[in-house]
Parts: sequence; C-alpha cells; structure tokens
Amino acid sequence: MRDVAVVGFAQTQLEDFDGSPTCVELLVPLLAECYEQTGWTRKDIGFWCSGSSDYLAGRSFSFVQAVDAIGVIPPVNESHVEMDLAWAMYEAWIKIQTGEVDTALVYAFGKSSAGVLRRSLSMQLEPYTMTPLWPDTVSLAGLQARAGIDAGQWDEAAMAAVVNRSLTDAEKNEHAVRKGGSSVEELLARPMYADPLRKHDCAPVTDGVAAIVLAAGDRARDVRDRPAWISGLAHSVDAMSMGTRDLTRSPSTARAGAGAGVEGVEIAELHAPFSHQELIVTRELGLGSDVVINPSGGPLSGNPMFSGGGIRIGEAARRIWSGEASRTLGHATSGPALQQNLVCVLDAEQKEA
Amino acid sequence: MAKQPAAVIGVGQTHHRAKRDDVSMAGLCREAMDRALEDAGLTLDEIDAIVVGKAPDLFEGVMMPELYLAEALGAVGKPLLRVHTAGSVGGSTAIVASSLVQAGVHKKVLTVAYEKQSESNAMWALSIPIPFNMPVHAGAGGYFAPHVRSYIRRSGAPEHIGAIVAAKDRNNALKNPYAHLHNEGTTVESVMASTMLWDPIRYDETCPSSDGACALVIASEDVAASSPNPAWIHGTVMRSEATTAAERDQVNPQASRDAAAALWKQAGITSPVDEIDAAEIYVPFSWFEPMWLESLGFAAPGEGWKLTESGATALGGKIPVNCSGGVLSSNPIGASGMLRFGEAALQVRGLAGEHQVDGARKALGHAYGGGSQFFAMWVVGSDKPS
Repeated sequence: MRDVAVVGFAQTQLEDFDGSPTCVELLVPLLAECYEQTGWTRKDIGFWCSGSSDYLAGRSFSFVQAVDAIGVIPPVNESHVEMDLAWAMYEAWIKIQTGEVDTALVYAFGKSSAGVLRRSLSMQLEPYTMTPLWPDTVSLAGLQARAGIDAGQWDEAAMAAVVNRSLTDAEKNEHAVRKGGSSVEELLARPMYADPLRKHDCAPVTDGVAAIVLAAGDRARDVRDRPAWISGLAHSVDAMSMGTRDLTRSPSTARAGAGAGVEGVEIAELHAPFSHQELIVTRELGLGSDVVINPSGGPLSGNPMFSGGGIRIGEAARRIWSGEASRTLGHATSGPALQQNLVCVLDAEQKEA
Repeated sequence: MAKQPAAVIGVGQTHHRAKRDDVSMAGLCREAMDRALEDAGLTLDEIDAIVVGKAPDLFEGVMMPELYLAEALGAVGKPLLRVHTAGSVGGSTAIVASSLVQAGVHKKVLTVAYEKQSESNAMWALSIPIPFNMPVHAGAGGYFAPHVRSYIRRSGAPEHIGAIVAAKDRNNALKNPYAHLHNEGTTVESVMASTMLWDPIRYDETCPSSDGACALVIASEDVAASSPNPAWIHGTVMRSEATTAAERDQVNPQASRDAAAALWKQAGITSPVDEIDAAEIYVPFSWFEPMWLESLGFAAPGEGWKLTESGATALGGKIPVNCSGGVLSSNPIGASGMLRFGEAALQVRGLAGEHQVDGARKALGHAYGGGSQFFAMWVVGSDKPS
C-alpha cells in the first residue's frame, strides 16, 4: 500500500446558512482555505470527490453546481458519492492507492435547515413498511437509547456526562454551533424532548461544508512537517431493519475498527449524533478510559449533514499536525441508529513499508 | 506504482421494461446480481465489497436506498459504497468498483447499478424549480435538442442521419433478449415518419424510460485466472467540466475529448477506429452517435455522420456501435452506463449472443451525464494488458 496522509482540512459550520442550497458560496472560500494550507493551486489536485444528498438539497443532481465551485476549466478527474465526506475520502484514498494520482481534494456540503431534517431522513428508511409511518430520526434514536437503558447498558446520567464533556470542550472550538457545559445534574433537570432524549442529547441541526486534502509520500511531506498518515481505513454496514438487530450494538463499527486497527490511539473523534451512540461506538471500538474522546466537542456541538463524519477525521488529523498526539482516529456514521460506519486511524509516524 | 490488473468475470442484467411491477427495487438488483454471480461462478458470500450506483434518489423516492437495500444486496458485514455522478453513474460506478481491485484492497468486488423509473416520474424529478435557476421543464430532450441542431449546422449532416442510428439500434435490440424495446420493422422511413418531439429529435430517435439493473463482478488477476473468459480492464477514465461557462462547447465538450485522449493513451491505442472492435456508446438521442464518434476520435470533426451513413457502425461494419441496441432501446438511467460497460465486456468475452461482433478483442464502454459535463469510459480486452 502507498503511504497517504491527510494534509489539509477546512470546515464551516452554521446554525442556519442563509444562502443557496447548492452551497457553492460556502465551498469557494473553503477550497481557498485548502489551497492556503497546502500552498497548492487547483492544478495540483489529481482527483476530486464530493459527498452530498439530493434529498437534503431538495433537488436532483445537487452536486452538479457544487462542481462549478472548483472552477473546472480545464476539466478534472472527479467523482461523487451520495454519502458523507468520510466515504468520499475513502474513494479518493482508493484512487491514490491505484497509483493513478498522488493527491486528492474531497469536499461535502449540506443545508439541513432548508427542511425538517429529522423528517427528511425518514425518506432514508425501508420504503414499503417503514417510511409510510414517518418515524423520524430523533424518535428512532430515542428507541435505541431506551433499549440500552432497559438492558442496563447505560443510564441517563451517563448520557448527560457525554453531553457535559462535549459542550464543555466545544467552548474551545470556534466552529461549534452549540457549546457551554454545566453539570450532569443541571442537564438532567432539563425537559424531555423524545424520551429518554433531551435536546442536548441530540446533535444540533447544522448547515455546513468541509474539505479534506490527501497526498501520497513526498507530496505529503512537502506540505506538512507532521502529516497525518492514514495507517488504517475501513468501513462496513449492518442491515437496516430496526426489528432484527440489537440496537444497543453496532457490529459494523466493531468490524471497521478491527479493519483499521485502533489499538494505541490517544484521541478518538467519534461521529455519534446522539449522546448514547458515543457510548455504543466507544464500546464497539474497545476504547479504554485513557483515550480522549471528542476534544473538539464532537457532533453534539455541531453536525452538518454529509460533512459531519469527515469533520471527525479532519479534527483527528489536526491533533497529529499540532504534535498534540501521535496516533488518533476519526469515525463516521451513516443511516439510522449507527447502521453504517467508517474508521480512519492516523499516525504521526509512517508505517514500515 | 502501477495499477493491479483487474478483469470483469461476470456480467448480469435484467429484462428491461417500462414497468417491472413483478419485482421490488431489491428484486430488480438481485436479478442482475444473481446472473452476474452465476456467470462468474461465485456466490454472494465470496464477494469482498459491494458498490451501488444510481442516478438521483428522487427517481424512486427513497433517500440513499442502498442503506435499506444493504441486506438484500448481501452487503451486510462488508464495505458498501454508493456512487452518484448523473447519467454517467453506471460507468463511474464500474470504475470505482474496478479501482478497489486495482488498488489491491479487494479481490472480488460486485457492483450493481439500477433505476426503477416507474416508481416515479423522471421528468418531474429533473424539473424541480430551484431558486435563482432558469427552469427547463422540458426533460433531457428539450435540453439536448439545441446541441443536436448545432451539430447539424456545423457538420452539414443530412437530416436522416439520426434516423439511420435509430433504425440500426432498434434492429440490433431485436438480437438482445434483455432489451426494453423490441420494435419489429423499424426503418429509416418509419423513424422519419414518427412525431417530431424536440426539433430535430423525433419520437423514434429518443430513448425509452425503463426499469432495469446491471451488475458486474470485477476480480483480481489471481481470481480471474480461473475464469475461462475474463474481460481485462485496459483503461478507465472519468472527467468532469463546468455546467455554467460561456466558453463550453456542448457539442464536443472538452471533458469528453480529454477523457478520450487519456483513455486511448492508457490502453495503448493510437487509432481507435482501427483498434476497437466494438463500441457501446451512450446515445440517448440518435444524433449523439455521430457526435460522440467525433469527440472520441473515431472520426475527424464533422465526419462522424459519414461513418454512420456508410454503415460502418452497424453490426458487421468497421466499427460496430451499440450492437446491444444501446440506450435507444433500454434506458434504466442509473444502469445505462454500466450496461454499456458490461456489453463491452460481453463482446470481448465472446458472450454477446446474437449481437456478438465476430472476433472482438477490444471494446469501448462509454457513458456521459448531466448536460454533457460528466464522462466515464473504459476499454476492455480479451488479452491481459501488457
């Protein structure tokens, strides 16, 4: 395998982006930030891949106009996934592994505020027997949280502790749209939203965009003193059916973790849009109490759809660049109740070839 | 680092119809997948990863349907990717699947692309009014008609060239049991007599709206060694250009020309018209055959229609195009590109049945999408690339 590193990362998170759902206006400055970080121009990018959803944009081919944000004259080597940024990055990593290109820029965008997000996501369910009932994302997550409480795997105080830590850490994150910790007691005193979830147990509806730059070998070393080398990258999916899987577990997270090799990570950025899901993901990845979880504040402080997972990888990479850690991981999820999961492990040291 | 060799060892497709009321989306995909797996001599359990492609989710009314399909597609416990790159998606999806093998990450990848257009209305799904955008409200035909008119003006092609393409492809489709349209007795005259829809595009010069799927099994060199007839991948390319740019040439887009040049270089081809034995080119409206022949370098600019008129693109001609009947005979949009890629593989494997080109050794699979901004192509051959 070729040594490939994350060498650039930019993000914008907003409570409500008052602009076009194509997000071109957000993407142009974001790409400029990537060029500034790398010292590159558009012509240095060997491959482009984006992630977005037509249903979120409320139109077909939502990625088409976003491609114009690149300024694709002359034409570029480009692809798109109807998935989160993390999977767009996976496609780009594969492309670099084939040897066809040495560099890639991946980006993703989503304007969740244009509709009612939890209702839009009902369109993601099995269309014959589930979607007609319009179960919304928050309610489904509530069922999952309740299943864990009933099974004695966690309680509301453990969930509140996740929230309190996240919102406290988010105070140091300029991109966070929700921040400010208090105490477990104070959080538990707040009203129920979708029993047993309180509002703060659910990631805030967030608009936003993010981009990640990948480079192989010397191209990466040219950009950064400490590139964040991808030492493990794996993803997997579970069946959707909520009635036949154990909602307190996430086998696809465990498989992705095993595939990526998570032992020894110091910091983990986990894409758990609901507080109890962080407890599930932590368990499935086998992360010990010595691992720092979501120092950025994580998705409970801001979760732009279709870039929220990739942002976790970007945040994990930043900790390598800064020297704060030498081994980190970023996790991304998609689908109802942690159905599909990806794990990316990043190292300051290159693997022995 | 060079790409690892990869080959298509299984091809499967559905019987394409206007409405496949007999199957769900999952059933449609499995029909194609099961045929591809049988062809490859593999079971779903032996597959390492699944790559799904389809055009806009609004065509069926399900957001990211691969999530609910994961179990039916045998993806549970495996990596599952979902590609969406407009009309070129079937081709792009095959390319992403092959890159998983070429990267050395997987050995046996199954890819499936589908569209069940009868679940909704493509015209509606493509015409949602967007703020600050001029609505077309005319579907793809209304969008492409000016490009065709421009081609005719530039090349001086006679009016009946499009009808020649349509009659050829509809007759080719009679040799393809999977094709949606089996219109017996289609002639240049009958096409010319059909209703004008978007001048100069007549009813019989347009693609149908189909339900259908296509699946491919793509394997590494060691796995392909046990296949009696692998279609080796000699080159793959994807290119995209701007949607909104005054300098765009929509008749012969730069992304298409760039893609073709890169593809022929990768595949070691210097004269496509002499070295390619069969081409499956994405022709949703008849006139795109001569337009793409020029853009791809099979003919000089302005000369593509002469190739068509001479009969060179017919089965048995110098450069047979769309022997399967092409997009003009079956158009499950998300799968249409993969059908081109898969039919190219069938030709070099000698498995194209009645529409087989005798002795085909190298074939082109081609797809395009959007308003001619997105291109995906591959060359497959019966011999392992040197």
